[in-house]
Amino acid sequence: MRITQGTFSYLPELTDEEIAQQIQYALDNGWPLSVEFTDDPHPRNNYWDMWGLPMFDLLDAAGVLHEVNECRRAYPEHYIRINAYDARFGRQTTALSFIVNRPAEEPGFRLDRHEAADRQVRYTTHAYAADRPAGMRYAPPA
Amino acid sequence: MTQRWTAGVIPYAEMGYWQPDYEPKPTDVLAAFRITPQPGVPPEEAGAAVAGESSTATWTVVWTDRLTAYDHYQAKCYRLDPVPGTPDQYIAYIAYAVDLFEEGSIANLTSSIIGNVFGFKALKALRLEDMRIPLHYVMTFQGPAHGIVTERETLNKFGRPLLGATVKPKLGLSARNYGRVVFEALRGGLDFTKDDENINSQPFMRWRDRFLYCSEGVNRAQAETGEIKGHYMNVTAATMEDMYERAEFVKELGSVIVMIDLTVGYTAIQSMAKWARRNGVLLHLHRAGHGTYTRQKSHGVSFRVIAKWMRLAGVDHIHAGTVVGKLEGDPNAVAGFYDTLRLDHSAADPVKGLYFDQDWGSMPGVMPVASGGIHAGQMHQLLHYLGEDVVLQFGGGTIGHPMGISAGAAANRVALEAMVKARNEGRDFFREGEDILKDAAKRSRELEVALSTWGDITFTYDSTDTPDVTPTPVSA
Repeated sequence: MRITQGTFSYLPELTDEEIAQQIQYALDNGWPLSVEFTDDPHPRNNYWDMWGLPMFDLLDAAGVLHEVNECRRAYPEHYIRINAYDARFGRQTTALSFIVNRPAEEPGFRLDRHEAADRQVRYTTHAYAADRPAGMRYAPPA
Repeated sequence: MTQRWTAGVIPYAEMGYWQPDYEPKPTDVLAAFRITPQPGVPPEEAGAAVAGESSTATWTVVWTDRLTAYDHYQAKCYRLDPVPGTPDQYIAYIAYAVDLFEEGSIANLTSSIIGNVFGFKALKALRLEDMRIPLHYVMTFQGPAHGIVTERETLNKFGRPLLGATVKPKLGLSARNYGRVVFEALRGGLDFTKDDENINSQPFMRWRDRFLYCSEGVNRAQAETGEIKGHYMNVTAATMEDMYERAEFVKELGSVIVMIDLTVGYTAIQSMAKWARRNGVLLHLHRAGHGTYTRQKSHGVSFRVIAKWMRLAGVDHIHAGTVVGKLEGDPNAVAGFYDTLRLDHSAADPVKGLYFDQDWGSMPGVMPVASGGIHAGQMHQLLHYLGEDVVLQFGGGTIGHPMGISAGAAANRVALEAMVKARNEGRDFFREGEDILKDAAKRSRELEVALSTWGDITFTYDSTDTPDVTPTPVSA
């Protein structure tokens, strides 16, 4: 299973050089970058952990890529994404967001069905990995 | 000059409806009409007649006008421009005092502006080309239930156009088979699937069954991809009570989006927009029927006006043209529609057919939807013409894929992501589009097959609804 959140998940994994080009595109648009990581990839998990604050004043693509690689070193078995933020009046939201690291094995999600009245079904999307404690979810078997 | 208050019939122009010296106020509602007067009717009189018939006038002098501040309430035709190359047509600019209209009511606005006047005998034809809605009046409308930014945050999808598909065949599938198409298209890589405009609740598939099976498809696709997915559940029905009942069920199912057709009418659309904001469900509008009055250049209402009204009325999505697909759409005219829907402020631009500056204040934008005869091989053109805040809908171009529906969806998603990536890398993606797609297809069998199936399909016909300034052929 491959989680396909983010802007480029249907393409082969981006190389560092390709990641730097996307970072440069964001910087050229005046969008500060941030790095986030998680081991809870539920589609409605909005708040991945922040790898430091958004890099409002870092205008160098290599510098941003360095932070990505630091985060990868610390969390090699987590999902990591880069976000570009557009603070323009009337926008004030994420402009670009793509995954740059993912666990070697992605077990994916189980769909739980709770049968209710009148043929209705209440659905719950359950990440298999979420059964383990945070921080140990995608660790390679000991 | 005839005495203004003598009983009988006097020309509209002499009753104060033609005022070439009038300076429009910032609060005035302005309209640009394309008028084709009957032979022998002077254009000033025709323009004045439109102003009169769309505001206070009737065919004869009435003394009861004198009980009112009539010079305030009467609309003023303040400018007339001949249409280049079309000797019998003029653009008449008319100003209306803002308090001619009820606050927040599209029905009331349109009952004046396109009420009786379109059947007026002194005109051979009449078309409402554009309107300037003053910010004072804009602020009396709810506007989009959620808008583009909230939609993206709800879906957790940024930096690329969204992808959708209308379930085909439009009519005849049982609910169970229909849900299969939804599931396959969403698991393959689309963000949305869609009921078509004429899928409501027919003998072959009743609404409740369709919603249940589609919900199964949406939720399974979410679990298989880890992405938020949606199906536009069309709640269009005969009565408002029926629509509310169906919409409540959509909400109970947890759907992110609900759908209505333009045919339900302006008041029902505004009611559903309020419902959609109250219940946290996005509102998709299919513009069913609009071609009957938007397409011909001499008579009717331009789609840019419909787009403006629908943003005020409060929809989150509206179909607004593809440029390159099977349906009418001149590139410049479509750019004007998209500006109207998406920007905070759009400047008058004759090339795009925009007659007025329009300030929306902080009213959110509407996500335009491009649907009808488009396919993965046109991705560079679609991104070039339509930009990023748009839903690209490939119905046949997903479901007709020789390897199956999921493969068709994946082909579209790969093509889209490859094109956005190339654009961000600074490549001239419009010119190099075919190469970018071919490269991406080397790593995607789905895209390779899509390109070999549809790569050469184009719909190259002249548009009928073009701005007057420069008719541009569609390059496809």
